[in-house]
Amino acid sequence: MALYRPIADHAVLVEFGTAISDAAHAQVLALDQALTANPFAGFREATPAFVNLLVDFNPIITDHAEVEAHLRRLADQPLTPRTPVTWQVPVCYENAPDLDEVARRTGLSTDAVIAAHLAGDYRVFLYGFAPGYAYMGGLPEAIKLDRKTTPVRGVPAGQIIIAGTMCLITTLVMPTGWWIIGRTPTRVLTGDEARPFLFDVGDHIQFHRVSQAEFEALP
Amino acid sequence: MTRLRVAFAGPHVTFQDIGRLGQMRYGVPASGPMDRKAFAIAQSVFGNPPDAAAIEVSLGGLSLDCVEGKVTFAAVGGGFIVQIGSRRMGAWAVHTLHQGERLVIRPGPWGSWTYLAFAGHLMAPQWLGSSATHGPSGLGGGTLVAGQEVIVQDARVEPTLEGSIPCPIWARPRPVIHAVLGPQDRFFSADSLEDLATQPFHLTNSYDRMGVRLRGPSLTPEGALSIPSEPILRGSVQVAGDGLATVMLADHGTTGGYPKIATVVSDDLDGFVQLRPNDAVRFKLIAAPQAVVLARMGDKALRTYLNRPR
Repeated sequence: MALYRPIADHAVLVEFGTAISDAAHAQVLALDQALTANPFAGFREATPAFVNLLVDFNPIITDHAEVEAHLRRLADQPLTPRTPVTWQVPVCYENAPDLDEVARRTGLSTDAVIAAHLAGDYRVFLYGFAPGYAYMGGLPEAIKLDRKTTPVRGVPAGQIIIAGTMCLITTLVMPTGWWIIGRTPTRVLTGDEARPFLFDVGDHIQFHRVSQAEFEALP
Repeated sequence: MTRLRVAFAGPHVTFQDIGRLGQMRYGVPASGPMDRKAFAIAQSVFGNPPDAAAIEVSLGGLSLDCVEGKVTFAAVGGGFIVQIGSRRMGAWAVHTLHQGERLVIRPGPWGSWTYLAFAGHLMAPQWLGSSATHGPSGLGGGTLVAGQEVIVQDARVEPTLEGSIPCPIWARPRPVIHAVLGPQDRFFSADSLEDLATQPFHLTNSYDRMGVRLRGPSLTPEGALSIPSEPILRGSVQVAGDGLATVMLADHGTTGGYPKIATVVSDDLDGFVQLRPNDAVRFKLIAAPQAVVLARMGDKALRTYLNRPR
């Protein structure tokens, strides 16, 4: 059962669970898509996360009770999530600053770390932290590590970073305490005004390995 | 065309427009003005379009040299000092800046943010269709830096608009702000909820466009440090593991895993951000339907003000 929590004067948080699960996230995405297809008067935007959907509204036009009633009507209908897109993302693991340390801490060889990373089934659960930072769940347990105790400053765009069960592609020069295990020419912040962000929440990502020479030859 | 050159800009002096809405799902907050009402009043002086840019000036201050042309501008928000040459004036006024003159904006008796709107089209870089500056990335209009040129296209001189603008009582700093409990108040003890409702807090120097950290009673959350990251709003009162509260503001991160004990109503945020570090603030807890009533009252007051006979 979903919980509807009113926030301040202008939002409702719809909660489908308390722990991260595929089932909860599927419900978040289904309601998000139903709302996009059937918005209410005064709807401003919806933000999907792991277990909940934030629905922001204009309080001059509507209120929490009306918004909750609309969302309950949507949730009562069969919710069918759209078919997610699967993206192929090339990764160069050569000269990655933290690959050796991840191998040491997990007790694996660097090749085994790479194989584990490539074997993961990744899905975008939410964006956060900074523009275009897509949190991809599905990192294998074998290379699951807590983040570093101290963040590293000035990490450039296009780095493949991991922490916990999550993997990210950096989009901007930002500090991060996550482990840097590779880099990619894929830009999640595309620079294309028609599609500024490459992935939608719910999309799948498959990584494949490229050599340094191939990486440099990629556009 | 009127050309201005930045002689000096303190930190957090940026181009802003009404904000970049609808991109939260991609990790992008709305940004836009910290004090949205002062920004709206400044732009209304010239009837500028809703997507027009203005300059947001922080406590760091700003100096602009007019190197070519002339332009009428409005300075609105906070009790800032506005100086043209040796003429020392205040914000909440409209003046004209001429070639060869220097405009200096610096903090006055009260307030943390003021807005410079121009009679003309203030040129500012755009990102995703908005010139609002996202501070942490610098994307959008951007942060003003010394030496930079600021261009006003189709600049006008409007002598009939010059003079003071009334500063409504609701544009003053708000030391009591309304908030609705939640969405994660369940992770806090009854004592912490009582402290939030009854004890004074103080703004600290950890204050920028992303948020302001408060000093006050410790509100240590119980067993909430591993909640799944969830959306954050402007006004979220987030409590970290150390029990200290941070009120999230215009450039807030869009998601996070710290529990939010309460959320400040939008109508009070403009006055809240005009408080300064070390100022006291108290939370007045209300129910969500009352918060909607406050939003509508605040909107009506702003509209009545903007439509006042002049």
